[in-house]
Amino acid sequence: MRRLLAILLENEAGALSRVIGLFAQRNYNIETLSVAPTEDPTLSRLTLSTEGDENRIEQITKHLNRLIEVVKVVDLTDGDHIERELMMIKVRATGETRDEVKRASEIFRGQIIDVARDAYTIQLTGTSDKLDAFIRAMDEADILEVVRSGVSGVGRGEKILSL
Amino acid sequence: MSERLSGGEMLIRALQDEGVEHVFGYPGGAVLHIYDAIFKQQRIEHILVRHEQAATHMADGYARSTGKPGVVLVTSGPGATNAVTGIATAYMDSTPIVVISGQVPNEVIGTDAFQETDMVGVSRPVVKHSYLVRDASELPQVVKEAFYIARSGRPGPVVIDVPKDTTDPNMLFDYEYPASVSLRSYAPATRGHSGQVKKAVNALLGAKRPVIYTGGGVIQGDAAAPLTQLARRLGFPVTNTLMGLGGFPGDDDQFLGMLGMHGTFEANMAMHHADLIFAVGARFDDRVTNNPGKFAPDAKIVHLDIDPASISKIINADIPIVGPAAVVLAEIDAVVERRLEADPDRLDRDALAAWWTRIREWRDAHGLDHDQRHRCGLNGTLLPQQVVQAVYRATEGQAFVTSDVGQHQMFAAQYYKFDAPRRWINSGGLGTMGFGLPAAMGVQFAHPAAAVACITGEGSFMMNMQELSTCMQYALPIKIINLNNQALGMVKQWQDMQYGGRHSHSTYRDALPDFKALTESFGHVAYRIDTLAELDDVMADVFGPKHTDDLVFVDAHIDPEEHVYPMAVKGGAMNDMVLERVDGRDDIREDL
Repeated sequence: MRRLLAILLENEAGALSRVIGLFAQRNYNIETLSVAPTEDPTLSRLTLSTEGDENRIEQITKHLNRLIEVVKVVDLTDGDHIERELMMIKVRATGETRDEVKRASEIFRGQIIDVARDAYTIQLTGTSDKLDAFIRAMDEADILEVVRSGVSGVGRGEKILSL
Repeated sequence: MSERLSGGEMLIRALQDEGVEHVFGYPGGAVLHIYDAIFKQQRIEHILVRHEQAATHMADGYARSTGKPGVVLVTSGPGATNAVTGIATAYMDSTPIVVISGQVPNEVIGTDAFQETDMVGVSRPVVKHSYLVRDASELPQVVKEAFYIARSGRPGPVVIDVPKDTTDPNMLFDYEYPASVSLRSYAPATRGHSGQVKKAVNALLGAKRPVIYTGGGVIQGDAAAPLTQLARRLGFPVTNTLMGLGGFPGDDDQFLGMLGMHGTFEANMAMHHADLIFAVGARFDDRVTNNPGKFAPDAKIVHLDIDPASISKIINADIPIVGPAAVVLAEIDAVVERRLEADPDRLDRDALAAWWTRIREWRDAHGLDHDQRHRCGLNGTLLPQQVVQAVYRATEGQAFVTSDVGQHQMFAAQYYKFDAPRRWINSGGLGTMGFGLPAAMGVQFAHPAAAVACITGEGSFMMNMQELSTCMQYALPIKIINLNNQALGMVKQWQDMQYGGRHSHSTYRDALPDFKALTESFGHVAYRIDTLAELDDVMADVFGPKHTDDLVFVDAHIDPEEHVYPMAVKGGAMNDMVLERVDGRDDIREDL
């Protein structure tokens, strides 16, 4: 089962390496990870997606909480939540594919953020599934480069993750 | 007005303010400023070891025997990496030590400078927490936090990596030691959830075949007294893990002995057939449960631990309680007392009596004292069990006993009946050979007048025997009991039982030193014994007034063929045990 964990972490040197190290050391998998400081510069927020059954996620959460620099851990997939990922994809765009790529990008509500003679760079945001779908819609041979941010997530409604 | 001190001086001053009396260490380039600060003061005694691994075990033994954090000071690079085994040992057994490692100056970190190692990185998986000091002004706060983290909650090792520039004697700072520490991200539980306590009490009072199974958490959590009180009130059988020995009096009739891989027959049988297991400060280690899929099929599990991550990690807990063992056990005991006062028949006393009858049958049939233990060895030689029993008699059960890892460790755990906590000191989780002697040294520094015995084997002893020199320097009167079977006995036992007797690299019979001459060369006293007839007289001498001030080494040549029994059958349930060797092969028990 895919799970999305939101983690508040002290924004200190070495703190992130403890989180990453924990996953490696306990044989847990990290599928995506995104991290940046929050509005409070002493805190970083991580969104981490991983796979595991209920017991495994419980253990992961407990071990994360054991790290001194981890302030809070929430499993976003426990409740209603929104998740987004950003992708920049560079595709070959020459001749008639130039129009096709542009149309596909519009259908997916992407933006062309860089134009070269033979290529477009398209920015897309959405769920990971949507980004996957866009990649599938492109001709594999035309895809030059894919950069994805990893998933970020937030709970719906008034529930917030804070100190 | 605050004092003006250098970083090196602040570090030592902070240790003094933390109440530290002993630091176990070894100097080197990156810590010379700190050593100069040590030289200029008298309050802390620095003990010069011969190897940094030994320093960590000394600090660990010191911590385990007192409950106070042990302190280590080592230099950067090899000094730091040598300490890692000891840090991992402390981590696995949750003991509070603070390891201060030197580091190359901040400005050259990352350049592969001489004696540079990323100590925070190397030690990361085996510390409770670690610090890299970026600026000298952080030192007092870092030391305060390190000690608080090391000893609170589930204790563990903390590393403070100190770059040389932060200890510069020419840079002075205002020193003030923080009065308190508060960490927004760290708040160990201070009591149990009252709803869970009530559920636990109901489960305990309703049990027909209960076992109280306790581990190192009872020792580290200073919970032996409330545990004993509760167990006596309920009249339930108690078993201890290897780490938990001394949590309940070892000579008490309610005590089943140690459980697990080399646990007693009655302890393992009781666990397997229990309808309620109350686990306290224990973590259902694989050496206890054997195959988790076959573990105690009928038992409801009540699990009390300070660390939520230990609960339902291996075996699912029906009633989890997070909290400090001493506080929660006292809470449970108070509720039990009230319930029993209101209704003495709240316990199913008939069922409990029947349960005790079964346990006594198991004990009579295959208890430790039952079978071959009093015979002579196969070749008329001394048995290791007899040696441990003789140490027990000579010390009247009151010694601190450390051990290394292997057969001798199991014999010591089985046959020395610890009746108080913090007396039995061994590397249970990591299983670190070479632990015993330095740990005994740490214990002796903490308890100068106490009898301290290190029960070891020649294999383990040789992993840190350089510390005989440290013992000479500090006149430590440790008694080392070397169960010499001229082989790596536990490895050899497994090879006997599971590899057709092929002793691959587990013997070195013709390559052993004369241990008596060896220890005498360090100025210590040594005995060699070969027969049962000499045993009690020698032990009386060793632990008697004659050698109060001497380190005595007893090279006890034991039957090299002896195995540790019972032994769990690989992949089996807790009631699957090999009980003894019959006709050259190991007899597998039929279920009673």
